[in-house]
Amino acid sequence: MLLRLFLSISMIIFSAQASARLEILITEGVNSARPIAVIPFKWLGDGEKPGNFSDIIAADLQRSGQFSPLSIDKMPNTPSKSRGLNYALWHKMGIEALLMGEVSPAPEAGKYIVSYELVDVVTGNANVADYSPILESRRGTVSKAQLRRFAHRVSDVVYEKLTGEKGAFLTRIAYIAVDRKSNHPYQLRISDYDGYGEKLILRSKQPIMSPSWSPDGRKLAYVSFEKRRSQIYIQDLYSQKRELMTSFPKINGSPSWSPDGKSLAIVLSKDGQPEIYTLDTQSKALRRITNNRAIDTEPSWSPDGQSLIFTSTRGGQAQIYQVDLSSEATKRLTWEGDLNLGGTITPDGASLVLVSRHDGNYKIAAQDLASGELRTLTKTRLDESPSVAPNGSMIIYSTVYKGRQGLALVSMDGRFKANIPAQNGEVKSPAWSPFLN
Amino acid sequence: MNLSMISKSLLIALPMLALSACSSNSDNDSAAMEANKAAMEQAAMERAAAESNIETDGVEAIELSEEELMAKQYSDAILQKIIQFDFDNSMIKPEFTSILDAHAKFLVNNPEKKVTIEGHTDEKGTPEYNIALGERRAMSVSVYLENMGVSPRQIKVVSYGEEKPLNFGHAEASWSDNRRAELVY
Repeated sequence: MLLRLFLSISMIIFSAQASARLEILITEGVNSARPIAVIPFKWLGDGEKPGNFSDIIAADLQRSGQFSPLSIDKMPNTPSKSRGLNYALWHKMGIEALLMGEVSPAPEAGKYIVSYELVDVVTGNANVADYSPILESRRGTVSKAQLRRFAHRVSDVVYEKLTGEKGAFLTRIAYIAVDRKSNHPYQLRISDYDGYGEKLILRSKQPIMSPSWSPDGRKLAYVSFEKRRSQIYIQDLYSQKRELMTSFPKINGSPSWSPDGKSLAIVLSKDGQPEIYTLDTQSKALRRITNNRAIDTEPSWSPDGQSLIFTSTRGGQAQIYQVDLSSEATKRLTWEGDLNLGGTITPDGASLVLVSRHDGNYKIAAQDLASGELRTLTKTRLDESPSVAPNGSMIIYSTVYKGRQGLALVSMDGRFKANIPAQNGEVKSPAWSPFLN
Repeated sequence: MNLSMISKSLLIALPMLALSACSSNSDNDSAAMEANKAAMEQAAMERAAAESNIETDGVEAIELSEEELMAKQYSDAILQKIIQFDFDNSMIKPEFTSILDAHAKFLVNNPEKKVTIEGHTDEKGTPEYNIALGERRAMSVSVYLENMGVSPRQIKVVSYGEEKPLNFGHAEASWSDNRRAELVY
């Protein structure tokens, strides 16, 4: 009986580390990015140094679209401490800030001490008493396996110091991979935001769709067709425990976690047309939100949790609407283009990020909620599933690139883009995690 | 011991039982037995002589394949299981009604049979919107079959949206193949 159960569930839960399969390529630069220098960290131990710590930080800061790190071959020298630093040398090159540091073996075997300083070149060059050029000076003890994540942590510190906004480099993305050569072609995977550290979370012989992160970053809700019908599951990423949430006749789709983590907005078509519902994840109590003869789908929560954004064909073509959850008053938000789909509100509540069809091409766009102005951010024609970084700085989305479906990043202003081509199968439906620290 | 080994050993054992039964009767009137034996031997020799001059053989009855039988009863259209749709549309086009008519007739004649109607879309538009569109396509096939007298209890509907394309390309030729409903028995 147990064996039959295993065979009938044609799907396996994984925690094994898969090799990194994603790689970010920069396809469009930004002229106005701020010039900084990330100096290679000095290795104070014997033998080979443990990884290229500063390369990871420089790549992070460059991808944000906010910074333009100086290439190593253009650096006049490579100091590792601010003491005695020649600020004038860097100031002449127009560099605004320097990050430098050292890596040394910790007393405990297999661990390293990383120390770093971030200095403001303008202040240092002016050399005014009472104004320290040192913006940040920290150290941390990490294992070799933790070095990559610690580098992202340093990137977050630098980003926050220089922009005033929290960095989102120590975050993850969840996405669906389809590897048609595999026995279990449909795969739910998670990686660091930059595609490294990819892990298989679930693989199945039938489609998996619509991953959505819980606000604490511990769980994913998703749709699985493992029983040859759609069902919504929640899976704990640490314990691997899965819980079936809904298995109604017809569509069980598009789960989206509420900001308080207590409910999911979902789509069910058990009573006829696809309608938006909210589901209490504990009591499983359902509340129907929409009720009409059109398609209503793709719910997502406003950051305050007071309203839902959704796609509806009630006006003919698909457009984006907002429903207030207490009054149930509904208003249409989008008016431009042939149709608009897949909307989400940015963490600051100021913009609506969506898929907009113009002349038959699907592009990622952002609409200012106050003015209603719509800006198209991407240039390719099959862009969908936008997911916004928790600090609102970037959007990850799926696109078709060189004949294959893969992921791409675009900065919120649309000026910086990077492709994340899949080296193995096709990749889609990215979901950016909340802050994980 | 498997089944074929059992049957093989029976092939050997049964004639031996018959022989031993014969020998147990050999104490009866020996002259009559001898005469009968001679007659039997003669008949056997005549039979052997006759058989060497003739041969007989049989033919298998003509059997149609399951598909051919279905086509004979419900027209060739019953063999087609894919209904195609226009972009962002779930209306059944006139060229596909003969296929659905044949399936409806089959389902009405076989009320114990069940069909799953799978709705599919091309990759344009978001995966979640396409689940809704795929269900519309499957539902319009379901409604058509019900209007032809098929019981709703025989029909199950599932939308896979854009998740299970027939054609994996990323251009119009692939997309038109992928906008479809499939009848799965």
